Amino acid sequence: MTEGTPILKVSAIKDGTVLDHIPSQSIFRVLDLLDLQNSENPVTIGINLESKTLRHKGIIKIADRFFADDELGRIALVAPTATVNIIKDYKVVEKKSITLPKTVVGIARCANPMCVTNHQKITTKFTTSIEEKKVKLLCHYCEKTTEFIPL
Amino acid sequence: MSKSLISIHDFSKEEILHILSVAAGMEKNKSQKILEGKVVACLFFEPSTRTRLSFETAANRLGARVIGFSDIKNTSITKGETLKDTIKMVSNYVDLIVMRHPLEGAARYASEVCDIPVVNAGDGANQHPSQTLLDLYTILETQGRLDNVTINMVGDLKYGRTVHSLLQAMSHFDPKFIFTAPQELRMPEEYRTFLSEMNIPFTETASLQEHLDDCDILYMTRVQQERFSDPMEYEKVKNVYRLEASMLSGVRDNMKILHPLPRVDEIAADVDDTKYAYFYKQAENGMYVRMAIISYLLGLK
Repeated sequence: MTEGTPILKVSAIKDGTVLDHIPSQSIFRVLDLLDLQNSENPVTIGINLESKTLRHKGIIKIADRFFADDELGRIALVAPTATVNIIKDYKVVEKKSITLPKTVVGIARCANPMCVTNHQKITTKFTTSIEEKKVKLLCHYCEKTTEFIPL
Repeated sequence: MSKSLISIHDFSKEEILHILSVAAGMEKNKSQKILEGKVVACLFFEPSTRTRLSFETAANRLGARVIGFSDIKNTSITKGETLKDTIKMVSNYVDLIVMRHPLEGAARYASEVCDIPVVNAGDGANQHPSQTLLDLYTILETQGRLDNVTINMVGDLKYGRTVHSLLQAMSHFDPKFIFTAPQELRMPEEYRTFLSEMNIPFTETASLQEHLDDCDILYMTRVQQERFSDPMEYEKVKNVYRLEASMLSGVRDNMKILHPLPRVDEIAADVDDTKYAYFYKQAENGMYVRMAIISYLLGLK
């Protein structure tokens, strides 16, 4: 990254993925969504860092790991402001924007207590939309609209 | 996967009109043995006598045999069998499943785990599409058209599943709406926004008398006491939405009163004998519409 500061708050990685501009309160959810607790790769995390665009931003650097676009898309559920930088040999070689996936399968829970997915072993499925800057999920089964709740 | 009827959104405008025209044929000829040799399962995971009898009669009038249960006592569900297993097992026996279930989305799920058509006869507070289709059939029958009809919906517009589905289905046909409800039970914002986006006009009132004389369909629903947090509020509104024959003097000649039934006090008995009462015929129409749905999904009409 070319931050222009001589000292980085979170140390640089040689190769890998940097997820930047994550709202600090969403950082653990992002770790969850990408299943980074179970990752073998070195992961460094920064929380409550200064940011020009967010009050407090979080940053996650994952060494030697590159994600598919639909994996990255999941981040939009909890951190739509996040940016993705692909690092090769300490340089940003690609900036990716994350796009909210049209459907979300198997990673969210329906908030409706009467929804069949909360009573039977069923893979959940939602259609996404953005209303007033918030991500909304329409349940394929009970047809109710809810906010993102991780499984 | 076979075509199923789970939500009113599953049917296009053309399919809706097709079902209504098949239903009209069923009304003209009430016993057609086109389903001779077929078996229909009526799986009622929660009791609903009226809906079950309507579907079972519809299947019988078409010549099909009916199996099923009317509540889950004495079934393997009480032993912990999953919904998937019940549906998979029954679907290997029969040609079509009609099901009612207390959980929302249960019918959609059932339609995904088996290869035969599933008709949703009510999944909790979610969908009850045959009710919506019979409402449309009745509006068409009484008005001679579905387009440009003014519908006054009265009572519980907040929680009422039937009014929400009817509103969405009617949006194909340039309707006008009047919503008569107490503040606590007014039409939810999502539906008002939906109508605004579709450029469908609507007015809201708390007074039943105010718009009785400028609607074609008066769609009454029951105001349920358990919906009110404050019992005093219920006492205030419960009689406000009671329709009596004396209130009908200025109404349109073609106006008809519908009600999904059961009614309690919201329509006085003296209304039954007026030419405007149509709710018994509406319930009868449910049978013709269900005959049409079953034969359409089995590819016979």
